[in-house]
Amino acid sequence: MKKIATLVGAAVAVTAAAGVNASTLDTVKNRGAVQCGVSDGLPGFSATDSAGRWQGIDADFCRAVAAAVLGDAEKVNFVSLTATERFTALQSGEIDVLPRNTTWTLTRDASLGLNFTGVNYYDGQGFLVSKELGVSSALELDGASVCISSGTTTELNLADYFRMNGMSYEPVLYDTSDQTAAGFEAGRCDILTSDQSQLYALRLQLSDPDSAVVLPEVISKEPLGPVVRQGDDVWFNIVKWTLFAKVNAEELGITSANVDEMTSSNDPSVQRFLGTSGNMGELLRLDNQWAYNIVKQVGNYGEVFERTVGTGSPLNIERGLNALWTDGGLQYAPPIR
Amino acid sequence: MKPTNRNGLTRLFYNPTARSLFFQALVLGGLLWFVLTIVGNVTTNLNARGISSGFGFLSQPAGFGISQSLIEYNETFTFGRTFFVGLLNTLLVSAMGVVAATILGVFVGISRISPNWLLRKISMVYIEILRNIPLLLQIFFWYYVVLQTLPRPRDSLSFGETIFINIRGVFMPKPMAETGFALYVGLLVAAVVGVIFLGQWAKRRMRDTGQQFPVFWTSVAILLGTLVLGFFITGRPIALDYPELRGLNFRGGMSLIPELIALWFALTIYTSTYIGEIVRSGIQSVSHGQTEACRALGLNEKQRMNLVVLPQAMRVMIPPMTSQYLNLTKNSSLATAIGYPDLVSVFAGTTLNQTGQAIEIITMTMLVYLTISLLVSAFMNWFNKRVALVER
Repeated sequence: MKKIATLVGAAVAVTAAAGVNASTLDTVKNRGAVQCGVSDGLPGFSATDSAGRWQGIDADFCRAVAAAVLGDAEKVNFVSLTATERFTALQSGEIDVLPRNTTWTLTRDASLGLNFTGVNYYDGQGFLVSKELGVSSALELDGASVCISSGTTTELNLADYFRMNGMSYEPVLYDTSDQTAAGFEAGRCDILTSDQSQLYALRLQLSDPDSAVVLPEVISKEPLGPVVRQGDDVWFNIVKWTLFAKVNAEELGITSANVDEMTSSNDPSVQRFLGTSGNMGELLRLDNQWAYNIVKQVGNYGEVFERTVGTGSPLNIERGLNALWTDGGLQYAPPIR
Repeated sequence: MKPTNRNGLTRLFYNPTARSLFFQALVLGGLLWFVLTIVGNVTTNLNARGISSGFGFLSQPAGFGISQSLIEYNETFTFGRTFFVGLLNTLLVSAMGVVAATILGVFVGISRISPNWLLRKISMVYIEILRNIPLLLQIFFWYYVVLQTLPRPRDSLSFGETIFINIRGVFMPKPMAETGFALYVGLLVAAVVGVIFLGQWAKRRMRDTGQQFPVFWTSVAILLGTLVLGFFITGRPIALDYPELRGLNFRGGMSLIPELIALWFALTIYTSTYIGEIVRSGIQSVSHGQTEACRALGLNEKQRMNLVVLPQAMRVMIPPMTSQYLNLTKNSSLATAIGYPDLVSVFAGTTLNQTGQAIEIITMTMLVYLTISLLVSAFMNWFNKRVALVER
């Protein structure tokens, strides 16, 4: 069993790691690649396309980190992880960063020895139901069988929601999102619950996407963001600022298409961002071109969003909460100065 | 030559008992030191990395639901409780599997050496095919190919409006104890005790007088009679709670979830092929001369099997049977692949992920399987000793 192997491996790694404190940045530079934990296949976030290339907003975040640290967005080793395996893989050092649609919660931040670096997607939990059920609200779901991916915050929110509304349910747990969707499609459960973005993605995987609808209720806050190990602040800063750089780039109007022209801009913010003045990259212990590389090779936050989950993708999700703060959304990054 | 005058320490060194004790103590001390170093190292590292450790999480509320529980459970119970829920589910499917695999296996094993050509070939094909397909694939087959093609709740297959089968499982009426139930149970216990005494009495009588008594059919009559007559005499102490389709699912009654059924079928069928071969080899290990001797003595086929062949075959069969039972129990951890809430799926899966305490949880889980295995093997060793040849 892969899962057990990972866990035992983690236990051994934690045991053996006495005194080994090489910084993640050095490890990554020596290796020449970022070990990046992604999902086991979730369209829009991290899934392989027909050519076997990882695509999605999370996969592109891996590339952004590689671009910032190594100057080449392709120097990423993607490690596919189930929800249950992900934290152990990060704790044990199998991966350097985990941008795997992972919800930021207090328990995870405080008790797992991990740090959340920010939010790259604001999500909320919803329900996908089959149309033939004729249900229009989540409050009509008393007694339902519910398909869930195991080991997620979704499981806990679901329990809270049903208990709060005095309803009963039968949880049916699966290991991967593919299995969860298969169970739902076969009729093993009445509803499938997950983060709303995932519901849209999973709905597309059904043989007849029109047979299911996403209910309007959003029952939780699910801020999804990249995670790193606690105790390595240099690496923590790099990952955090990679995230901020993408948002700042969009705010400054720098895109992968115009980034070369922008190098001659006389806007001091743009100059600092692209490393034509100041030493922002060096402060992060990176090349001064770090942010330039991110935007040039991967794109700014908006570009990535549109390409992976937004209107330019099959998922067709509105920016909504994920719009820039200047457009009424929540994406806001501290200034690069 | 004059014997060397050894002082106390040298004498002790040349004393084999003292020397072996010394080295055993040394090894034990080394082992203890090793274990303590590992534990200390783990604790230090976990603390240094800010990962919580210890068993305090067991008393925290779990907050997630579990689809099948033999004990009372809901999301307000603790993580410690999820351990027991998972453990009982593991034991349930293992026990069901052991019983069914033994029955099926004995049947297949005997068919394998049956004089009937068709039966012999069918069981041979059954064994050869099913034991060569990986168990995980068989579990997937039962779960995804067979059970998931069943109809949805609204179009359930119904048997006399009491038993319903659909993709969510099998729904049956649930017996509910009413007044007089204790009396009824008392009567049944009395009947069972009576049957045991009857058997002993018949054995004694046969030994003393040589007369035989139809113990089997008398016992069946007594048990069935008590079961049926007792039910009416004590005033029908069992009521049935029928399942009915309300809202989205069946409510009331009792149900077997499809995950349990798929896992049970797969474990049973897979293990029965091995048990079949063990039974066959056990029976074949009894030399043919004994069969001929039985016939010469005028024993019939049933007596030959029950009194001569099987008792000897058992000696050969029990040790490998033990390992099959252990395998079945350990294989039940594949439950996690189809989401049956066993120990690995619930405790080493969901609980682990919600708390993040991998080391504690994996250790506990491994200890549980170790304990189950040791207990089963202790029982089977005891049983083996009972049937083993007593050499005089």
